[in-house]
Amino acid sequence: MTLDELEQIANEVQAAKEKSPRALNVCVAAGCLSLHSDAIKSALEKEVQRTGVNCRVAGTGCMGLCSLGPLVNREPDGQLLKNVAEADAAEIVEKLESVPPERLLCSREQPFFQRQTAVVLENSGRINPEKIEEYIAAEGYQALVRALTEMAPAQIVQEVSKSGLRGRGGAGYPTGLKWGTVAKTIGTTKYVICNADEGDPGAFMDRSVLESDPHRVLEGMIVAGYAVGASQGYIYVRAEYPLAIKRLQAAIRDARRLGFLGSQICNAKFSFDIEIRIGGGAFVCGEETALIASIEGRRGTPRPRPPFPAQSGLWQMPTLINNVESFANIPTILRRGGEWYASLGTKKSKGTKVFALCGKVRNVGLIEVPMGTPLRQIIFEIGGGIPDGHRFKAVQTGGPSGGCIPEQSLDLPVDYESLKEVGSIMGSGGMIVMDDSACMVNVARYFMEFCMSESCGKCIPCRAGTAQMFELLTRMTSGTATPQDLELLEDLCDMVSSTSLCGLGQSAPNPVLSTLRYFREEYTEHIVDKHCRAGVCECNHLAEVSA
Amino acid sequence: MNPAPAVKTLAIDGIDVSASSDQTILDAARENGISIPTLCHLDGLTEVGACRMCLVELKGSTRLQPACVTLVEEGMEVTTRTPRLEKYRRMVLELLFAERNHVCSVCVANNMCELQDQAKAHGVTHVRFPYRSPELPVDVSHERFALDHNRCILCTRCVRVCNEIEGAHTWDLLGRGVNSLLISDLHQPWGESDTCTSCGKCVQVCPTGALFDKSKVGGKVRKNPDFLSYLNEMREGLR
Repeated sequence: MTLDELEQIANEVQAAKEKSPRALNVCVAAGCLSLHSDAIKSALEKEVQRTGVNCRVAGTGCMGLCSLGPLVNREPDGQLLKNVAEADAAEIVEKLESVPPERLLCSREQPFFQRQTAVVLENSGRINPEKIEEYIAAEGYQALVRALTEMAPAQIVQEVSKSGLRGRGGAGYPTGLKWGTVAKTIGTTKYVICNADEGDPGAFMDRSVLESDPHRVLEGMIVAGYAVGASQGYIYVRAEYPLAIKRLQAAIRDARRLGFLGSQICNAKFSFDIEIRIGGGAFVCGEETALIASIEGRRGTPRPRPPFPAQSGLWQMPTLINNVESFANIPTILRRGGEWYASLGTKKSKGTKVFALCGKVRNVGLIEVPMGTPLRQIIFEIGGGIPDGHRFKAVQTGGPSGGCIPEQSLDLPVDYESLKEVGSIMGSGGMIVMDDSACMVNVARYFMEFCMSESCGKCIPCRAGTAQMFELLTRMTSGTATPQDLELLEDLCDMVSSTSLCGLGQSAPNPVLSTLRYFREEYTEHIVDKHCRAGVCECNHLAEVSA
Repeated sequence: MNPAPAVKTLAIDGIDVSASSDQTILDAARENGISIPTLCHLDGLTEVGACRMCLVELKGSTRLQPACVTLVEEGMEVTTRTPRLEKYRRMVLELLFAERNHVCSVCVANNMCELQDQAKAHGVTHVRFPYRSPELPVDVSHERFALDHNRCILCTRCVRVCNEIEGAHTWDLLGRGVNSLLISDLHQPWGESDTCTSCGKCVQVCPTGALFDKSKVGGKVRKNPDFLSYLNEMREGLR
């Protein structure tokens, strides 16, 4: 494959579009699909066939504003239709050339769309994820062809370093540094792994990228393979993402067909192939050493590091392991240059970040903003604020490893350092907004229950410590806790975070610690007054009985 | 191939010691008469770094490191006993006692139990955490041995010795978190295991009374895992 051949494919796609400029693109990513957008797509197809109008009907990836789904994007005018039902098909097709019905119209002029910067999501909702040609028409695989024909592996590592990209799985380790380490590690066999075991409650960024633009991830992985000297890649994706798996399988097949995977890719002395490994339902397998154990066919439990996977990873070979979103950034970084990417974001956190915005916020969905965007802007402008007249209380970032950020910290620019400073973490990008109907003790208990049931059980602090913390929190929410229980809980938080073997245990106390930091009075109310101000916990009931 | 190990000098609890670069902090400490508490570690088995009893402080690092898997480095300054470390070790022990049903007075391993020894050494006189008191079975289906899950601390010494030394891999773990359970083969009674050779190594390496010899009465269960170092030396041609 050469750049000319890529251009030819792109031209063919373009020509086909020009021949039939009208199109209805129905979102068929998991969110809209759960509202039967596939049935809407067939209804539209039928209607187009019946009326005989010249209009393409296609499936696309996520358009972001999931709460107004199912969404349909109309070409060529780019009008967005919301809350589409099967019954609307006739009217939509009938009014193809005029203004769509008012009730279906979703303005693109609103802050939700205006305040975003798309890099990872640049093709989401615009291309058909099951057609490699459409990805190529959107400048896809150009970065790969350029990298293989014009760049040395070291140059690619340099470009990634220059971009300032940091690991999007949550920890924020500099991606270029990781690539450089694996590239320099001596070994005849090396591996590239894409971590798609996204498991934080409320997080669906990686799923959406895989469902909406799978080739972007493949391209990032192939470039990585060339840069570090690997010839085999694995995508570890959780079994709970069947659609993402299906699209990945199709994408890998198509990439092989066009010679982006296989031997002597683009006539370079470089062979690379990708296989999918499906997870068995353990959250801890998102931890890199547990993930590697799982790929090897063993029980998915973490092991102490060092040695880090860069030195000794899959089958004891040097292994590069990155998150879906990290790989998805690579094609754009190479196409537009590391410097361009570094111009986005803050001093220490470059580029953009995808967030899954959910909870008590008007616009639930997937967003991408430059690093450094204030939380207030994300929640109140892009997210549209809190619905139903409730008041904002906290936003939870980073899933069970993260923390709750209160109102007074809302002007915080979102980046790795500042989130850490306020007791949370960037995490993979889940953002759960909570209003005054949420009880923070109950929220902490929820996350502790998650950690307890997802602990692998290997190290004692995490296995037994999370179970004890959950028990203590349950005493608080049920109104049977004593002040000593709070002391014990704080002791355990310190011990479990300091002594656990892997990140799961080390960060498991974070939801408790951050709610204690900002909402300590709620804990005291539960323990002393047996009162839950949000009215969620059982302890209220207990107080009424004894009164 | 790995280059020949180099000699490193480091300080453990203020004492200057030398060690080979392929040695762990635990090796170096024990060689020099400095004891670091352990539970999952056993000479002759691979390390898992799971019990966290051997965590030590390293100068210049905020994270505590397990001595059993951390290799020595030049100029390292290791502290093995601080109030913080001792507090965490006591808590590890308390968590273990509260996790399952450890009733020393009626245990076959009473006075010969590593968990009990550690508790004594660390002054664990009572447990502050709520006892979980789970209902757990006892497997007495094997002709000679028995497994009492109530006393199991999931150190996986038995799993490792069976896999690495005996080569049978009869033992493994089922489930996860607090629900983890030691199982033989595909979760069948030990006595019906197809792979168990009845060698008894697992019983000898078990630090508590979880695995025991049915013919022995309480207080008479002297466990002897010393065969491991002998076997390893044999294997490596040192004897």
